Amino acid sequence: MSEPRLSELALDGLWKNNPALVQVLGLCPLLAISNTTVNAIGLAVATLVTLVVSNGVVSMIRDWVRPEVRLPVYVMVIASVVTIIELIMNAYFHSLYNTLGIFIPLIVTNCIIIARAEGFASRHAVGFSVFDGFVMGAGFGLVLITLGGMRELIGFGTLLGGAEQLFGPVAADWGVRILPEQMTFMLALMPPGAFIGLGLLIAFKQAIDQRASRRARAAQTARSGEPVVDAVG
Amino acid sequence: MKFPVESSPHVEASSSVAGVMTTVLWALVPGTIAAVWLLGWGVLINVLLAVGAAWLAEAAMLWLRARPFKPALTDRSVLITGWILALCLPNLAPWWLPVVGAVFAVVVAKQLYGGIGYNLFNPAMVGYVVLLVSFPEAMTRWGAPVDGGATSLSLAQAAQWSVFGALPVGMGFDALSQATPLDQWRMVATQGGEVAGAGVSIWQGGGWSLWLNLAFLAGGAWMLWRGAIRWHIPVAMVVGVLVTAGLLWGIDSERFADPLFHLIGGGVIFGALFVATDPVTASTTPRGRLVFGFGIGTLTVLIRSLGNYPDGVAFAVLLMNLAVPLIDYYTRPAVFGRKRQNRDDRPDGKREA
Repeated sequence: MSEPRLSELALDGLWKNNPALVQVLGLCPLLAISNTTVNAIGLAVATLVTLVVSNGVVSMIRDWVRPEVRLPVYVMVIASVVTIIELIMNAYFHSLYNTLGIFIPLIVTNCIIIARAEGFASRHAVGFSVFDGFVMGAGFGLVLITLGGMRELIGFGTLLGGAEQLFGPVAADWGVRILPEQMTFMLALMPPGAFIGLGLLIAFKQAIDQRASRRARAAQTARSGEPVVDAVG
Repeated sequence: MKFPVESSPHVEASSSVAGVMTTVLWALVPGTIAAVWLLGWGVLINVLLAVGAAWLAEAAMLWLRARPFKPALTDRSVLITGWILALCLPNLAPWWLPVVGAVFAVVVAKQLYGGIGYNLFNPAMVGYVVLLVSFPEAMTRWGAPVDGGATSLSLAQAAQWSVFGALPVGMGFDALSQATPLDQWRMVATQGGEVAGAGVSIWQGGGWSLWLNLAFLAGGAWMLWRGAIRWHIPVAMVVGVLVTAGLLWGIDSERFADPLFHLIGGGVIFGALFVATDPVTASTTPRGRLVFGFGIGTLTVLIRSLGNYPDGVAFAVLLMNLAVPLIDYYTRPAVFGRKRQNRDDRPDGKREA
């Protein structure tokens, strides 16, 4: 199979085929852990590392795994990677580990990871697979962090509150209060707030894409000198 | 001789959205006057703020969505959304409470779903529930009824309280506020006390909730007479409340309130006449309306008796809104000329397996 270009892969993972905004995969951690920025960063990094390592390993063993047993093998690989990450987080970021709780082991069930293992890493060379894991993880993580920032800002009125859980005691005063406490909107912290926030982010992405395609069409017709026919209406 | 051939419809109904909505607006007037009379000027301030915010939010969303302004802004439905929301809010609410609720109701619950006719959930109830779960403290700022003996605020004082949160000198918030009957009943019930003996009654403070409900009932009767609503939903909802409350009361009359208390102590009458009958979000078949109303009544009592919030009308309405497509599907009336309804015609055009 011909190898794709790296720039295309990056554009795919970060924007065009973004796991959270377009494929809408991994909704469970995306909605549950995006209540604060720090939680979101923690889970985003954990997911990204899992994706990179599992994509790399799956790609390495892709010639030896028989197709009949490939899915159990991939799940074993992913589960091992997640177990390693869970132990590392328990050792070095213990309070964040306690906050994220069940959602760290649940990374195993995040559909993005098995989807990339099955859809990409099992057919491409190691370098490309690792890169794909990185951009897909980054695309997912950036949405997770954006949503976490939005919800923390609206719900608590702060950003990066409790950063010491992730970055150590240096970060104890990194949290900034942007809105006064009376102006916070508790709905943003609740599950409906997560759904509404993700819906708004998806709509925002669609609006940008539509605008870009309208511009491109207008530029094309202007260049060719044809009358502008708006087929979409 | 030639006969002109016209296509149907041959008889046009004169009802329009604006016409029905105008009837509803007039029907809200007696209840609103009674609420201002009994609960103070704060009610009127809430109504003005919520209606104004709802109208502006609708205009802003129409502009963003590049839709024509005139039909949506003149059909008066958005005024009703704001008005109904405001009547659910506490009479000592700060100014931003009705504004945030109305904006959320119109922007998220109505316009993001596609505007009038497309919304799944009753916008006013969505706004109310969002306020209830987001600002639990502000949503309990109920003032004592005007004739309940507490000091009452003039219009200017009420406006000052709403905007600046400032009370006249010598007046404390605690002197003004008083728990609603449902709140009191909940407090007694959750502390394991005996409801009947605790003096919790809808008659305290001159039975103001009874007068308020009578005023809403008058407006509702007028809507029925004008044909703006039909009897099915309100009657079924009241029956649902009475039956469920009666059952619970029959099981344990010390733990659960009596049916009359449930009927008058909260928003059942108002909800049955003005909220559940929303033509967009309610069921549309006659039998479906009975199921819809009964479900709201049952859920209201269950949420009040076993849930975490004092009143359950808003949650019950939203839950039954969700069930409307299912109810409508199973209660379709028989097509004229056929003996029984044809269940093979699924709404999506596929045949059932």
